[in-house]
Amino acid sequence: MSGLAQMVDEVRARLGGRRWLIGVPYLWYVLLVLIPLLIIIKISFSEMLITEVASMLTWRQGWPSLHLNFDSYVFLATDTLYFDTYLSSIKYALATTLICLLIGYPFAYFMVRSPAHVQHTLVMLVMLPFWTSFLLRIYAWKIMLADDGVINALLIHLGIIDGAIQIMNTPTSLMIGMVYSYLPFMILPLYANLSKLDMRYLEAAADLGASPWKTFWLVTVPLSKAGIIAGAMLVFIPAVGEYVIPELLGGSDTLMIGRVLWDEFFSNNDWSMASAVAVVMILLILLPMAILNKYQTEAAR
Amino acid sequence: MVIQSEVKTTEQDLLRVVGLSKIYDGTVKAVEDVAFSVQKGEVFALLGGSGCGKSTLLRMLAGFETPTQGNIFLAGKDITSLPPYQRPINMMFQSYALFPHLTVWDNIAFGLRRDGMAKADIANRVESMLSLVQLNQFARRKPHQLSGGQQQRVALARSLAKRPQLLLLDEPLGALDKKLREKTQFELINIVQEVGVTCVLVTHDQEEAMTMASRIAVMGGGRFLQVGRPREIYEVPNSVQVADFVGNVNLFQGEVTAADATCITVRSAECMHAVTHSAAVRVGMRVSLALRPEKITLTQVLPLADDNWCVGEVVELAYFGAYTTYHVKLDSGMVLKVQAMNGTQTNVIAVGHRVYASWHTLAVVVLTQ
Repeated sequence: MSGLAQMVDEVRARLGGRRWLIGVPYLWYVLLVLIPLLIIIKISFSEMLITEVASMLTWRQGWPSLHLNFDSYVFLATDTLYFDTYLSSIKYALATTLICLLIGYPFAYFMVRSPAHVQHTLVMLVMLPFWTSFLLRIYAWKIMLADDGVINALLIHLGIIDGAIQIMNTPTSLMIGMVYSYLPFMILPLYANLSKLDMRYLEAAADLGASPWKTFWLVTVPLSKAGIIAGAMLVFIPAVGEYVIPELLGGSDTLMIGRVLWDEFFSNNDWSMASAVAVVMILLILLPMAILNKYQTEAAR
Repeated sequence: MVIQSEVKTTEQDLLRVVGLSKIYDGTVKAVEDVAFSVQKGEVFALLGGSGCGKSTLLRMLAGFETPTQGNIFLAGKDITSLPPYQRPINMMFQSYALFPHLTVWDNIAFGLRRDGMAKADIANRVESMLSLVQLNQFARRKPHQLSGGQQQRVALARSLAKRPQLLLLDEPLGALDKKLREKTQFELINIVQEVGVTCVLVTHDQEEAMTMASRIAVMGGGRFLQVGRPREIYEVPNSVQVADFVGNVNLFQGEVTAADATCITVRSAECMHAVTHSAAVRVGMRVSLALRPEKITLTQVLPLADDNWCVGEVVELAYFGAYTTYHVKLDSGMVLKVQAMNGTQTNVIAVGHRVYASWHTLAVVVLTQ
C-alpha cells in the first residue's frame, strides 16, 4: 500500500503543475519560433524548382540521400547588393534607435516628473496611435509628406522654403516614418524604468556637490541603463527587418532588407534565396544581442 | 557611556536658524517659526514623532526644500537660497542612498570629484575615509554586496569625505536591527567626535538622541517644544507633551492647595503630593505632575513619612531581565507604571499584591502646560 502511495507521489512530482506552467512558454516558443525558423533554414538549403521547393531528401536504391544546396548563400555572398542592403538596413535601424532615444529619453524623463494626473494623460497619448491601424497611419504620412502635402504647405507658409521640396521617397521620409512608428517602443520601457528611479539618489548627488546636469549624466543615465537597453532593442530589432515603412515612404535609394525579402519571395518566387536572406538577417541581429547579453551578465556579476 | 561635551558659549555659532517656516499649499504648516543655533563641534538632535516637522527642517538645512519664511546662516553666511550642491553641508541619508552602480570607493570619491580635486588627493582622502570606517578591504564592492552595518559606514564615510562644515544625519540608525544599533551608535559618535564635525541629527528614537546628542530639540506640530541637554529634557520636561514623548511617565492631574518658596502641595484624586518646586504656581492652579516610573519604589510596608505615597494593587508585571515593569492600579482607577531594577534582592511582589508606591518629593516635575 505504502509502495503504491509512494509511486503516486512520485508520478505527481514528475508531472507537477508547476513544471507544466513553466513549460507553456517553452511550448509556445518551440511551436511558433523554433519550428518556423527550422523550416526557413531548411528551405534556404533547398533547391528551388520553378514553382516549388525541391525536397532535400531523395531516395536512391532504397537509401535516403540528403542534398544540401549552398547556391543561395554563395549568391548572397557574391552579389554586393545584399551586403549593401544589410548595411543600409542596419544603418537606418541604428539611426532610428538613436533618434528615438534622443527624443524618447527627455520625453520619458519629463513624463515621470509631471504630476500624477498629467502622467496618466501622457501615457495614454503615447499609446493612442496603437488604436488606429499602423498601415493607415503610414498612409497618412504619405499624404502629409507629399509635394503638395501639409508639411510642404506649412514650410512655405512659414517662409522657411520658397517652393515645394521633395520629402517623400527620400531617406528623410523613411526616417520620419520609422521614428514616428517606433518612438512609443522607446518611451514606454524608459518611462517604466525612470519611474522606479529613487529620488534619493538624485538628492544624494546634489548633496555631494553635483549640479543637476552632472547628476543627470552620472546618476540618472547609468541607473536607467536597463531601460535604455530595453528600449533600444525594442526599436532596433524590428527596425532592421522593417518592410512596410520603406515600401510606402522610402524611395528607390532607401534599400532595406525587408523589401529585398519581399521581392525574393513574391516577385522572383525564389523561396530558397529569400530564406537565406532571412537567416542571415536573423544572425546579424542575434550576434550583437548575444554579445551584449554576455557582457551584461558579466557586468551584473 | 559617551561623555557629553560641554557646550562652549565662547565660540561663534556655526549654524544659526532664524524664524524658519515651511508652509505647504498655503495652509499646512510643516515647520513653524523655528529658531536655534548650533555651535561648532556640537551634536544637535531634532527629536519627534512622525509628522512633527523634523525631516522637513533637516531637508531645508540640506537645501532640498525652500523655506517659506526665515533664514539659515552657516558660519555667518546666509545660505537660505543656495542650492544643495553649493552648500558646504553633507547629509547621511536615511537608508543611505548609496549609488548602486558605483563601488564603495567611487561612492566615497563622488563628492570629491565634483570639487575638481587632484586625482592623488582624492585617492588619499578616500583611503583615509575607508580606514576611518574600517572598510578598506571592501573598497571594490558594490553597495548591495555589503551588510546593513557596512552600508551605514560607507554612507558615513561618503558624507564626511568632503569635510563638510555641517553634517546632517537623517535617522542614521533607523535601518539597522536593535543589536547592531547599540554597537553602531557608539561607533558613529566616536567617529563624529574624532573628525570633530558639527552635526544636526534627526531621530524619532529618544535613546538615540540621548546617547548621541549634546543638545536635543523636542519637536511637535512643526515647532520646538523644548531645547536642552539630554538630562534636562528627561529630568525637567517643560510640558506634558515633552514628558510624554521622552521616555515613560506617569501623569497626575491636580490642583495646588498650598505654595511657599520651595515646596508646594498638590491634591490629586490619588493622593496629596508634596513637591519640592520653585516654579511660579499659585494656589488653586490646575497642574500636571510628571513622575518617571523608575523613581517610584514599591514596598509592602508603609514607606518613610517624608515621601509621597499611595496604595494600589499590582495588576501586571513584565520581567525584562535587568529590570521589571509593574502596573499598579491605584484606588482612583489610575494605573501607575513602575520600573524597578532587578538587584540581588528576592522579588516578593507579585500580581494581586497590595503595595505602597512611594517617591521622593524631588522626583516630581510640575507642569503647567
